[in-house]
Amino acid sequence: MKLEIIMAGFGGQGIMLMGEILAHSAMLEGREVSWIPSYGPEMRGGTANCMVVISDKRIPSPIISSPDILVAMNKPSMEKFTPMVKSGGVVILNKALIDERPARNDIEIIEVDASGIADELGNMRVANMVALGVLVGKTGVVKPETVIKSIDHFLPEHRKNMLEINEKALMRGIAEIKK
Amino acid sequence: MEKVLMKGNEALAEAAIRAGCKCFFGYPITPQSELPAYLAREMPKRGGVFLQAESEVAAINMVYGAAGAGVRVMTSSSSPGISLKQEGISYLCGAELPCVIVNIMRGGPGLGDIQPAQSDYFQATRGGGHGDYRTIVLAPASVQELVDLVYDAFDLADKYRNPVLILGDGILGQMMEPVVFKERPAKELPPKTWATTGKMGRQKSNVINSLYLDPVKLEEHNRKLFKKYQEIEQKEARYEILNGDDAEYFVVAYGICARIAHAAVEMAREEGIKVGLIRPITLWPYPKKAFEEVLPRAKAFLTVELSCGQMVEDVKLSVEGRAPVYFYGRTGGMVPTAEEIFEEIKKMRGLS
Repeated sequence: MKLEIIMAGFGGQGIMLMGEILAHSAMLEGREVSWIPSYGPEMRGGTANCMVVISDKRIPSPIISSPDILVAMNKPSMEKFTPMVKSGGVVILNKALIDERPARNDIEIIEVDASGIADELGNMRVANMVALGVLVGKTGVVKPETVIKSIDHFLPEHRKNMLEINEKALMRGIAEIKK
Repeated sequence: MEKVLMKGNEALAEAAIRAGCKCFFGYPITPQSELPAYLAREMPKRGGVFLQAESEVAAINMVYGAAGAGVRVMTSSSSPGISLKQEGISYLCGAELPCVIVNIMRGGPGLGDIQPAQSDYFQATRGGGHGDYRTIVLAPASVQELVDLVYDAFDLADKYRNPVLILGDGILGQMMEPVVFKERPAKELPPKTWATTGKMGRQKSNVINSLYLDPVKLEEHNRKLFKKYQEIEQKEARYEILNGDDAEYFVVAYGICARIAHAAVEMAREEGIKVGLIRPITLWPYPKKAFEEVLPRAKAFLTVELSCGQMVEDVKLSVEGRAPVYFYGRTGGMVPTAEEIFEEIKKMRGLS
């Protein structure tokens, strides 16, 4: 098993954290993992992306040139990374911020209203966990309960009250796949 | 043992504390700033000193002072900052002071950019500053290896009374991978009888110095240093060969480039091309032995670097004309894809 994932969006959407949580939970399940951030001079509002590789074996290159999965949280990310996705791969789109569909018919496109669902749950900032839920539901690469453990791991002590809403967002994302 | 997911820069910092580093002096620069940030937080809590100096030049001279006093000391920077430290590194080598210097390389020349590069290879392996000297250069290719080599760096520095350089790049510093901090038994190392810690009953004062105005004395000193460097060359060269057993072609790459090249080698293997990877772990001393090991069956070598071609010179010096040596590089912060390197492997096979 080897899965290569690119996650991308605006700075401030929790893109890096989404990748870290995924990598961390795969590590907890005994997999080899790597995570690379884009680290340009951009700050909040700029573009952000990270690359996550999950494998059963030693990972040769942590750098991804053709991902199995793309999570695009905004339109510029979809436009930039969709051409790189492997034929037969999956693109998860945050429908709320993307008004177009990529012009490729050799990949599976999953549209999810991540921002809308997050808003409904009461905090726009958990849109990343909705998208992560979709990825987890689609691939089954990690167990939901492991992801919840990892969310808890990354939440600082004074933010533990946020665990519940993050967990809900994750489960809503997973439910989107089962619909 | 517990695995933790950590950034290269932070893992390096944690490993330094565990290896007994008591002092860190530095000045922030992307893409290595997480390293001093981590130490700024942790050093005071764990019995160490963290000091952000007013400049890289000040920081390296603080390293000189602490190393002279016999404590384990480290500094870190990225390419332009390492250039600023060169005078101090030359003095440290002249005065035979052990220390660890980290260079998380970025694109150059000049201020360049903040993206990953390997274009400081010449500077790292040929001395870098003025005078006849060498620093041991370690080139990790994963976060775990970064951690393991930090312990080795401090041990090698103390063993040979010489600065040791850890040469990483922006990706290695920024990426996260699982690491285990293994308990390591302390190495038996020579006592630092030379350190300036007070006379403590000795007849003569210890003096830390790199000034020898008498040329006879200075030549003597240089010969002594070179004897030490020869010993290091004989004993400390390290490398890894992957997919090498039946290989006829070899890619040579270090650091993050070796990781991408490994992926390219696996692609080539799937197409039945008998190609292996030589990954130098020490860049100085250069692991010439790796080439001797494979030369009887090697038809050609392809060096891949994030530069316009620097390590390729050491590959040629190791191969000594016995097989063709090709080069492929991306530079300025650009990173080749595994597919690009795979194409070069196919070309190498066609040419030889």
